[in-house]
Amino acid sequence: MFAPSNLRSPLGRARGLGAAKEGLHHWWLQRLTSLALIPLTVWFAATIVGLAGSGYEAFVAWLSDPCTTAVMVGFLAVTFHHAQSGMQVVIEDYVSSHSWRLASIILVKFVCYGLAILGIVSTLIVSFGA
Amino acid sequence: MVEFSLPKNSKPTKGQHHAAPAGAKNTKRFDVYRYDPDSGANPRIDSYDVDMDTCGPMVLDALLKIKDEMDQTLALRRSCREGICGSCSMNIDGGNTLACLKPIEDCKGAVKVYPLPHMPVVKDLVPDLTHVYAQYASIEPWMKADTPPPASGERLQSPEERAKLDGLWECILCFCCTTSCPSYWWNGDRYLGPAILLQAARWINDSRDEATGERLDQLEDPFKLYRCHTIMNCTNTCPKGLNPAKAIADIKIKMVERAG
Repeated sequence: MFAPSNLRSPLGRARGLGAAKEGLHHWWLQRLTSLALIPLTVWFAATIVGLAGSGYEAFVAWLSDPCTTAVMVGFLAVTFHHAQSGMQVVIEDYVSSHSWRLASIILVKFVCYGLAILGIVSTLIVSFGA
Repeated sequence: MVEFSLPKNSKPTKGQHHAAPAGAKNTKRFDVYRYDPDSGANPRIDSYDVDMDTCGPMVLDALLKIKDEMDQTLALRRSCREGICGSCSMNIDGGNTLACLKPIEDCKGAVKVYPLPHMPVVKDLVPDLTHVYAQYASIEPWMKADTPPPASGERLQSPEERAKLDGLWECILCFCCTTSCPSYWWNGDRYLGPAILLQAARWINDSRDEATGERLDQLEDPFKLYRCHTIMNCTNTCPKGLNPAKAIADIKIKMVERAG
């Protein structure tokens, strides 16, 4: 498990850099976003299926409703927050090289937040009819 | 780090076959992992045909019979032979358990006996437990109290308070759970693993201990605690029937409780 050149004591290695004193917030938000995504995903899938086949105008009319806009913005924000937070855990699990781990987490966060902003701005543009 | 296949020098090869003594009618095959660090050779799987008519019922009985009567070079840890000391933990028939509590008759076909998974191997069935023991020391598993003990010398607990330790004190630190946990396999250098977290819970839940907050502080870390993804291998494999996954969940709930 450890290189023979490492002469640090076993207890020193086990203690490592100590506890980060964080992790609860990340873990708790993952649970909350999971919970929120249950109704949001059902709502999204059900309405999209319901609107399937209707024209562009019908979609615009649906999305322009203030309630739909609000829920859609919420859905996008929660989905992408959940995605980046879950991906971060997967990367921390499976990528042990510190530099690769950090680089992949940064990339995932940028991509997810970028997509979230893109989705939310698009929704607002459609909703406000700009 | 995730390792999807064993490193070249860890891949086991086919080893020697040890036949049962002449005249044995009722035999059972044991395929046993063998590794000798001094030889420099890859590990190998030796097979032993054990005479079951003169063997006790548990896998440990067979291993000791092999060591006593067939091959004295086999190395394994054992002590109490009744599930109390935790020494003979190993991987039998694909699952981590105590050899002394595992009936041979529960294993269909050849009994496969390997050391605890994903640990450095000292020799044969003996894993190097230095790091898990150091992790145990790191949670400071002793009672901490600033209040001096009462004149009677005894810190009292109500029956209800004592009951909170049930399911925790019984752990014998055999590390079957820790070495069955994929999170521990990939990040065991930092993740404390189910056995140590269950021990941490044992002190967090002790009404006599006054360092609960300090203990939670020491655990609040994305790796030390939150690598647990409730995979539940720990609870499935525990030879003492304990539930480390629940102990870890209780710690996480306490973290939420104190935050809000």
